[in-house]
Amino acid sequence: MKRRYTYFPGCSILGTGRACEESTRAVFAELGVELDDLDDWNCCGATAYMSVDEHKALALAARNLALADTRECAELTTPCSGCYLVLNKTQRYMEEYPRVGDKVKCALKDAGLNYTGRVRVRHMLDILVHDIGLDEVRKHVKRPLKNAKIAPYYGCQTVRPYLDFDHQHYPMTIDRLAEALGATPTHFPLKTRCCGGSQMGTLPNVAQRLCYAILREARRQGANLILSVCPLCHFNLDSYQPDIKSRFGEDVSITTMYYTQLVGLAFGMDPETLGLHRNMTWDGSWLEREILAGAPA
Amino acid sequence: MDTTTRHIKYQADCDPTFAPAIKSIPGCEKLDSCIQCGTCSGICPLSIYMDMPPRRIMNLVRYGFKREVMNSNTVWLCSACYACTVECPRQIKVTDVMYALKQMAIKERLYPKRFPMVVLANQFYKMVRHRGRMNEIHLVTRLYLLTNWLKLLEMARLGIELIRRGRFSVKPDNIERIGELHAILDYEKHYPEKEAPAK
Repeated sequence: MKRRYTYFPGCSILGTGRACEESTRAVFAELGVELDDLDDWNCCGATAYMSVDEHKALALAARNLALADTRECAELTTPCSGCYLVLNKTQRYMEEYPRVGDKVKCALKDAGLNYTGRVRVRHMLDILVHDIGLDEVRKHVKRPLKNAKIAPYYGCQTVRPYLDFDHQHYPMTIDRLAEALGATPTHFPLKTRCCGGSQMGTLPNVAQRLCYAILREARRQGANLILSVCPLCHFNLDSYQPDIKSRFGEDVSITTMYYTQLVGLAFGMDPETLGLHRNMTWDGSWLEREILAGAPA
Repeated sequence: MDTTTRHIKYQADCDPTFAPAIKSIPGCEKLDSCIQCGTCSGICPLSIYMDMPPRRIMNLVRYGFKREVMNSNTVWLCSACYACTVECPRQIKVTDVMYALKQMAIKERLYPKRFPMVVLANQFYKMVRHRGRMNEIHLVTRLYLLTNWLKLLEMARLGIELIRRGRFSVKPDNIERIGELHAILDYEKHYPEKEAPAK
């Protein structure tokens, strides 16, 4: 039976994070998974909305839960860690704090919506590794990426405060996935350290310092590639490498990509289909030169 | 001699409504169980930039030192990474306390002037209400126009790279049923009346 999930793309994915969407869709289609877009979804609110008004932020996110509630498949998946956290938090707070739940449900009722509580918010990474499974992933690998030494970067909001599919302090989901693709995961102590998130726009000196530490550590561990999960983490680590170099006087350049892009490459997909040309650190010859050349077949 | 001033506050100088207001927000109810161990300050990746580390904020909040808390840059540096919330041995949701303080500061306009984080939050809030979705390019442009427009020039390199890679979406995205969203967001206006008959 074909697997189906309700899919919540998120705002970043329509803009700067387009490659996340492209690679996610391509990989899941290859694995025979159907992603049903949540009809007329709205912004989850991210960290900014919560800073202004808690109840409105929860109600805003809850509209998406209510829309998903009408679907046959109540598993709401998202590739963005920010959306994952906010939708998850909303769902949990409505249960944990009945006062909040009642209020949000009344607000939804005013808009003709209803939320029964049956929706489960899932991260795409969880779906890929645990629902589909690494055995299935291995079956699709056409091009094992033997020379890829990856630094798995999980970021904050995938693992904190909620993580029910892995260890919160030292998660291994991406590490195991990379192994299944033939790549070697490095020991990466900063795998859940903050990249600065939206502070990159507001306080660039602060956020770039955090990214600098992450990039430098990845190189120190001998990685030639950082895998990220979330569009915002990827944006920060991928786009600001020249700025970080001039600010800290150290070249910390390293290829960064979404984990789904690496999966697609191992599946033998075309880099363009996976949106790799959209990454700032992508270099067309890199794959041939660093990863595929001289690799044991 | 009459220039002598007192540097230590009395409990009586504090705002007695401050701590109860914060503690009434979901997630902040366990504030009083803080043992001041400093785990939050130690784990916080941004505490080195804060004028008062999170541990100190926790204590100042529960004893009502509103002015001190609101004058600090701490809450505006929090990037909501939730490390403190996960590590707290007393299960205090420190990140939620930071959110509660941000909400109060924005509501009462108690924040450092032209602090970009506040502008970002307010613009985000307006944009989502208006369209139902967020457009990063519009958001960042508004942020810099309202805080430091010269920054826009610095961002030119990045902007050009984004355009070249087809990641620069100028066209804002709207949801179809915006009225539905407004009904949800405006619900609070009618809430007290609706709640009353049920009691």
